[in-house]
Amino acid sequence: MNFHLKIWRQRDANSPGQLEDHEAKDIPASASFLEMLDIVNEGVTMRGEEPIAHDSDCREGICGTCSLTINGVPHGNNKAGIATCQLHMRTFQDGETIYVEPFRAKAFPIVRDLIVDRSAFDRIIQAGGYVSVRTGSAPDANALPIPKQSADLAMDAAACIGCGACVAACPNSSAMLFTSAKMGQLSLLPQGQAERGRRTLAMVRQMDAEGFGNCSNVYNCSAVCPKEISASFIARMNRDYMLASVQDGLSANEVRSGE
Amino acid sequence: MSTALDSKIPPGPLEQKWDSFKIGAKLIAPNNKRKYTVLVVGTGLAGASAAATLAEQGYDVKAFCFHDSPRRAHSIAAQGGINAAKNYQNDGDSVERLFYDTIKGGDFRSREANVYRLAQVSASIIDQCVAQGVPFAREYGGLLANRSFGGAQVSRTFYARGQTGQQLLLGAYSALERQIALGAIKMYPKTEMLDVVVIDDHAKGIVVRDLVTGKVSSHAGDTVVLATGGYGNAYYLSTNAKGCNVTATYRAHKRGAFFANPCYTQIHPTCIPVEGDFQSKLTLMSESLRNDGRVWAPKAKGDKRNPSEIPESERDYYLERKYPAYGNLAPRDISSRAAKEACDEGRGVGESGLGVYLDFADSIKRFGVNVIREKYGNLFDIYRTITGEDAYTRPMRIFPAVHYTMGGLWVDYNLMSNLPGLHVLGEANFSDHGANRLGASALMQGLADGYFVLPYTIPVYLASIKKATQTYTTDHPAFKETEAAVNSQIQKLLSIKGKRTVTSFHRELGLLMWDKCGMARNDAGLKEALQKIPALREEFWSNVNVPGSGDCLNQSLELAGRVADFLEFGELMCRDALQRTESCGGHFREESQTEDGEALRDDANFAYVSAWEHKGVGTDPELHKEPLTFEKVHLAQRSYK
Amino acid sequence: MFFGRWTSTRASGGGLRPPEMKLFALANTSIGKKWIVAITGLAFVGFVIAHLLGNLQIFWPNHGGPEHLNAYAEHLHDWAPLLWIARVLLIVFFVGHVYFTILLYRENRAARPQKYARPAKISASVPVMTMIVSGLILLTFVPFHLAHFTWKILRPEYRDFVDEAKRPDVYRMVVVGFSSWPISIFYIVSMGLLCMHISHGFSSVFQTFGIRNKLIAPVLDKGSYVLGWGLFLGNSLIPLSVLLGWVTWPAK
Repeated sequence: MNFHLKIWRQRDANSPGQLEDHEAKDIPASASFLEMLDIVNEGVTMRGEEPIAHDSDCREGICGTCSLTINGVPHGNNKAGIATCQLHMRTFQDGETIYVEPFRAKAFPIVRDLIVDRSAFDRIIQAGGYVSVRTGSAPDANALPIPKQSADLAMDAAACIGCGACVAACPNSSAMLFTSAKMGQLSLLPQGQAERGRRTLAMVRQMDAEGFGNCSNVYNCSAVCPKEISASFIARMNRDYMLASVQDGLSANEVRSGE
Repeated sequence: MSTALDSKIPPGPLEQKWDSFKIGAKLIAPNNKRKYTVLVVGTGLAGASAAATLAEQGYDVKAFCFHDSPRRAHSIAAQGGINAAKNYQNDGDSVERLFYDTIKGGDFRSREANVYRLAQVSASIIDQCVAQGVPFAREYGGLLANRSFGGAQVSRTFYARGQTGQQLLLGAYSALERQIALGAIKMYPKTEMLDVVVIDDHAKGIVVRDLVTGKVSSHAGDTVVLATGGYGNAYYLSTNAKGCNVTATYRAHKRGAFFANPCYTQIHPTCIPVEGDFQSKLTLMSESLRNDGRVWAPKAKGDKRNPSEIPESERDYYLERKYPAYGNLAPRDISSRAAKEACDEGRGVGESGLGVYLDFADSIKRFGVNVIREKYGNLFDIYRTITGEDAYTRPMRIFPAVHYTMGGLWVDYNLMSNLPGLHVLGEANFSDHGANRLGASALMQGLADGYFVLPYTIPVYLASIKKATQTYTTDHPAFKETEAAVNSQIQKLLSIKGKRTVTSFHRELGLLMWDKCGMARNDAGLKEALQKIPALREEFWSNVNVPGSGDCLNQSLELAGRVADFLEFGELMCRDALQRTESCGGHFREESQTEDGEALRDDANFAYVSAWEHKGVGTDPELHKEPLTFEKVHLAQRSYK
Repeated sequence: MFFGRWTSTRASGGGLRPPEMKLFALANTSIGKKWIVAITGLAFVGFVIAHLLGNLQIFWPNHGGPEHLNAYAEHLHDWAPLLWIARVLLIVFFVGHVYFTILLYRENRAARPQKYARPAKISASVPVMTMIVSGLILLTFVPFHLAHFTWKILRPEYRDFVDEAKRPDVYRMVVVGFSSWPISIFYIVSMGLLCMHISHGFSSVFQTFGIRNKLIAPVLDKGSYVLGWGLFLGNSLIPLSVLLGWVTWPAK
């Protein structure tokens, strides 16, 4: 198969970027999108040019490293539930023109070409995406029965691979699906209750500070999510946030005086 | 540096070694801990759990990973589960049994004391992970669910859908991020370790390259912890992530750390077969599929008929035929080798002839398609995405692929290498899996090392050094020298500007390794590889084309450094495979097999760990042997018939 | 900034420490703003429904339209304080809705400085993507509508319309007002935009309040769609009936 590629090239965050034309020739239909880029890059390298920088690691849809917007759709113009690395060329038309752009968001500055810096996600987790438990201090794992339904729903949320496609697909570059997924996982489990309110407030605060946009309930995020995480978790976060704000407002003085 | 291998196994009966170690172990006073800087390289399961725990204890921790975030480490890809001797199923599991299964699964080539400790701490891992909010599968009663995995006769495997590795890593990652937020860990993502700095025979720092800016810099510490994973990508095609590499451990090896058992590699039996030479990696299909799938190959050679046209009488269900007791659930190394045999006989399926069928037709008939869909739906979807074939109506094609490497840097009971100050965790060390790893044991080992072993053993080294005289800054000449060496290698790679891409060298090396040092090895093949690898390496250093410059993000340059190491390390693997003329676990020497073609161990001559000392590139390394003594288990020929 | 600094010290063993709380600073957070927009929007949906129900009295059978509509209009003015409370609330909500929407919109624009060269439609439908446009057009409709029928600036002669009971003749004003094709079409188009705006906005309210999951989402979305269309049909029926001569003055 042959393709015309229009690929975003940009040396670093501060340089201007532009689309560059590349021809992908004799691509096997069973190649993945990233393998197609590998083939193109081998050619680019042999011509003495610098290959197109793009991120990938596990290439089986679990690490969340690969991050391409293909024809305007993060992770490609296929169905939800797969990452770019699982997108195969047989799903494209022979001779098709394919636009390849990075995930676009102010909070995801471009590192080079198609690679973006998603450390904002790490900082959101740092703000509260954990249960504060010291190693070795845990009670027996079966001491705390958890209804299967809650555990399963928590797992739905926990499946997030942190790829950032939700941000890239959102017209507002909002990170609410990512943030709400981690929050949802922990707020559904009894282990997460002690810090639930504070976690909710802190993670949203960090999310805002990173410069992500606001959710306007478009649901592009869920539509492209490789793990098909439901926007219901955003609803849950919205609810938790207001509850936490009110509770926090009412108890803040008591907490402070108790310190 | 001592060349004699002292494994520092505590005295006393096996069951009491770890407890007596903990009672007698040195401690560092809380107010002194922050004076010790620990450099943790690699933040997968082992590294992240170690970094978080050490920081929690009060040490000054710096952590490094080449990914953009610690959450992307390849621990994330483990699907099946994690073993723990909890005996929640009341099916007779115990620390003893997990210990025995692991040591037997490793074909009696691991250290008893380490494996016993692993089994002992396994239960705490589950407690810790649950407390962190890891959403393990549960029963309707709210208690944890278990399944049996990888040929175990008890259900001791805990799992979180098909994403156990991911969930455990995210648990460790969240603990790590919490410590980062608290200022207890300074995290350096997108930073690749390129050398260990050795001062007075102690590992006292590392040289790293910032992968975004290209800047090479040094970090000094009181001890270095390597948790940088395995070297399966020496084969180019493997189930490992593209970024997995041997660079950190191999460069530490070049600085004096012994490399143990490099020939022990695990080939996983159920992967999707290779499609063409463009292919960049292999995808694992969870081993759990073998619970309901039947493995077969056509009886006739070169039978290219559609599988549905091949009648029952012309199919060879070879695992059921050869291993009636375990059948399709025979251990990984045995299943893999049986598939290779079928293909070597010309009975392989698919275009390349490198594949066998994994057939679900009988199970679908027995349980109905919905039961199968519920159990394996996501795997069938992955299979369809990659191959475009529907495994509900047509048997899956599978073929073995390199999956895990049991070998690694040699460490003592304290997880410290022979190079003092260098600790090695997880897949990067050699200690717990012997010659073959059981399913669901890698996650267990990584977290055991990081959460529960290293935090107790690291004070042994730290308390032994004299802070006043053995603390160095990066101004020490050794740092400057090591940095210069790293820079000069980078410049050299960039200056060749030859005619071949880095990947082409990697692919060629991988094919050679797969061919000569893969599922079956023999004297002639290994010797041939030992001829060819140096030649390939020589060509690499004169004809590789690394475009671009070193002062910015340059993926070709990153890869070139890693492939350069594989080109040296591959030789070490072959050399180790050549000296070990027995078959054991993942290492199958064709010269050493029973009459019916099974692996034949040679306990009289090979019950040792081979630990290689680097003597310079192109010079023969020196082999040191750590004898394996067994006080608890009785060495037996593995039989799964 | 809004909640003060979260202090995290190692002495506490980690964990999240309480912030310095400022309750009203909620309006500075993303979700706080969404809540404000949702609450004010919901209030307007209520107002629009009530407004429509009142106006539909124009169709009272047996020529009761003039009597009922005019009596209803008069009745609204029965108790001035209540009317003023309602008016002030509406103004506050209106300003709040518009102000916070524009704030959100500006932040959203800033969150993606570089657009995609080849954008794609993913799951978003037209109403969703045009919320800001439909909102802005409605923003011009509201003052027009007020100037037209409430303040009667555009048509001062309406002030002289009085019925037999000496009440302002709202019925006649409506009929005369909608007899103009351009004005009626402007009203109908505006109602179409309102329909779109509400059909997304109403179900969004539930998402923002957190009363939405996979099970009830389709119900909410369809209900919202039906509500939007209902409001459109109901509101458009009035100018349309005038134009088509179904409603006349004097009533016949």
